[in-house]
Amino acid sequence: MGTKMFSESAIDRIEQEYKEWLEEYQKALQKLPERLERFSTVSDMEVKSLYTPLDIKNKDYLEDIGFPGRYPFTRGVQTTMYRARLWTMRMFAGLGTAEQTNERFHYLIDHGETGLSVAFDFPTLMGYDTDSPLARGECGRCGVAVDTIEDMQRLFAGINLEEVTTSMTINPPASVIWAMYIANAENEGYNRRKLGGTIQNDCLKEFIAQKTLMLPPEPSLRLVVDTIEFGTREVPRWNTISISGYHIREAGATAVQELAFTIYDGITYVEECVKRGLNVDDFAGRLSFFWNSHIDFFEEIAKLRAARRLWARIMKERFGAQKPRSMMCRFHVQTAGCSLTAQEPYNNIIRTTTEALAAILGGCQSLHTNSLDEVYMIPSEFAVKIALRTQQILADEVGVANVIDPLAGSYFVEALTDRMEEEANEYIRKLDEMGGMVAAIEKNYPQMEIADSAYRFQQQVENGEKIIIGINKFPSEIPPLEILKIDPEIERLQIERLHQFKERRNKVRLQKALDELRRRCEGPPCWENNVMPALIEAVKAGATEQECCDVYREVFGTYSDPASF
Amino acid sequence: MSQERKLRVLVAKPGLDGHDRGARIIARALRDAGFEVIYTGCHQTPEQIVQTAIQEDVDLIGLSILSGAHNYSFPRIMELLKENGADDITVIGGGIFPLEDIPKLKEVGIKEIFTPGTKLEDIIKWVRENVKPRRVDAA
Repeated sequence: MGTKMFSESAIDRIEQEYKEWLEEYQKALQKLPERLERFSTVSDMEVKSLYTPLDIKNKDYLEDIGFPGRYPFTRGVQTTMYRARLWTMRMFAGLGTAEQTNERFHYLIDHGETGLSVAFDFPTLMGYDTDSPLARGECGRCGVAVDTIEDMQRLFAGINLEEVTTSMTINPPASVIWAMYIANAENEGYNRRKLGGTIQNDCLKEFIAQKTLMLPPEPSLRLVVDTIEFGTREVPRWNTISISGYHIREAGATAVQELAFTIYDGITYVEECVKRGLNVDDFAGRLSFFWNSHIDFFEEIAKLRAARRLWARIMKERFGAQKPRSMMCRFHVQTAGCSLTAQEPYNNIIRTTTEALAAILGGCQSLHTNSLDEVYMIPSEFAVKIALRTQQILADEVGVANVIDPLAGSYFVEALTDRMEEEANEYIRKLDEMGGMVAAIEKNYPQMEIADSAYRFQQQVENGEKIIIGINKFPSEIPPLEILKIDPEIERLQIERLHQFKERRNKVRLQKALDELRRRCEGPPCWENNVMPALIEAVKAGATEQECCDVYREVFGTYSDPASF
Repeated sequence: MSQERKLRVLVAKPGLDGHDRGARIIARALRDAGFEVIYTGCHQTPEQIVQTAIQEDVDLIGLSILSGAHNYSFPRIMELLKENGADDITVIGGGIFPLEDIPKLKEVGIKEIFTPGTKLEDIIKWVRENVKPRRVDAA
């Protein structure tokens, strides 16, 4: 016995009346035509004027929608959702030196933030120390510079690492930075089994979109599996990967492309772990996701609901997962940086608010809200406080966190959720046919799909088909705005500090640790050659981030941007 | 043959930032507008950019940067062009720049800076009006 939501006779009657209504609608348009020739989402998905039970007549309530905390998790991954615990308010933060960022962390915590999220500067993200010639002019500009375990210690000074959870946006050097986090926590007396947090560690989307490139795809995947394997055994509360659609979307993808490519990245990581010999139900519960919340309200809610259902079905059907936890798409959301404008920047508060609302109605586990000035620079204290307050107002004043998945059953939202899932599945089939994501990346397939979407959107903005207030409707100048300044002097100070640190190290212990790291990298991938224990020893012995990454680069080779456009 | 050769444009991304959405859109738009476009990809040093510009014999370099490191890389690129006798190549920039940095970048020889929200057609128009081929090919 299925649990269809409408009887056949009801559908027949609705269909009849729908036809009558449609005639009336057409007649009404003769008097006053529609405002636009075509109504579509920001991703250019066409939408109808009205949705009815006819659009979801084949849906089976228990099979397709169900209950929160139960398969297929369309309505949320937790049974109680925000009734018991709100999402984690986790503001991405990093600026200048470790001390300056630590100060920002304390500021955010003092104003009610409930989780930490570290933004590293570009040299750190790319596996270079501040004294590298490639790092000139970049220190502390887009995040915090972390070269050594001492920087890590300064970054988290005065913060209880067993109480707070920390998310770190770090990809090719994720294993190294995670080792520094664990090593620092142990030096401070914390137990690694009690540490909670997330490393982004999603190398595939780097090739596809974010372009933080270091190693070729295969060794990159090997390091990802090493971290997942190590986390499963040693740091069980840690999310060892955050499979990210965010950057794919920011690079110009549509909502469906974001969904499909990210889910397929997830499939690839699971396959790699299984190849290593790991049991799906041992590690899948610690895979996490990271989505964008863009400006088109319903499209985002539908995407997030579809992501949960899609992932649950894949984990159950494709990978034979048994534990419900292994099937849960738990995720962080960030509002869309690319939807913000430099013109009339205060309008960005409104954009971020609606995007945050969509993330909440989509059932996120944690949320970053962009600051109004993030289109220029790392946010000022003034701007970041408004962004945090936006989440708090939505949580405590607006009432949207009172009822679980309140938009379920909306004909439009359910129909759009279905369409997201169906169109993502088409991409998934295509990627399967291409031989998987690595093969597709080598053919530049996802990169060019995204470039095509980005270019089409830009053209639609230029011809007025897509509207951005302050840009192509009510155009406005970029005003002077009080923005955060990073003192260029900190680069010199950070380099000086790094050199002093290097002088103090025990050279013998350090060399031995780096040799062991190299030996493990050169060996076949397996638990005995897992890089994590060697990295933890290396960073405790004073190895810098770049020294560890240089071992990777020397053993595995490097990868540079194929520069397609 | 008096036919002018097509303008050759190098779209380049100095520094370590991977925000290449703008650069790739510009590269495509300039190609669609009839220019010959070479794109460096991300993570280029000033030395690499200048070397590519000279090797490819370009008339225009468009630098795209969103990391805030322009105050180092832009002047350095201008300096290297001069050292290599290639400072007749026009250089423009696009991306995110604090307003007060723009006059300083123009002082070192960056001809124009395009900020967020600039229309592609305005950039193309600017290139047509302000950049001429450095020399006409003999062939």
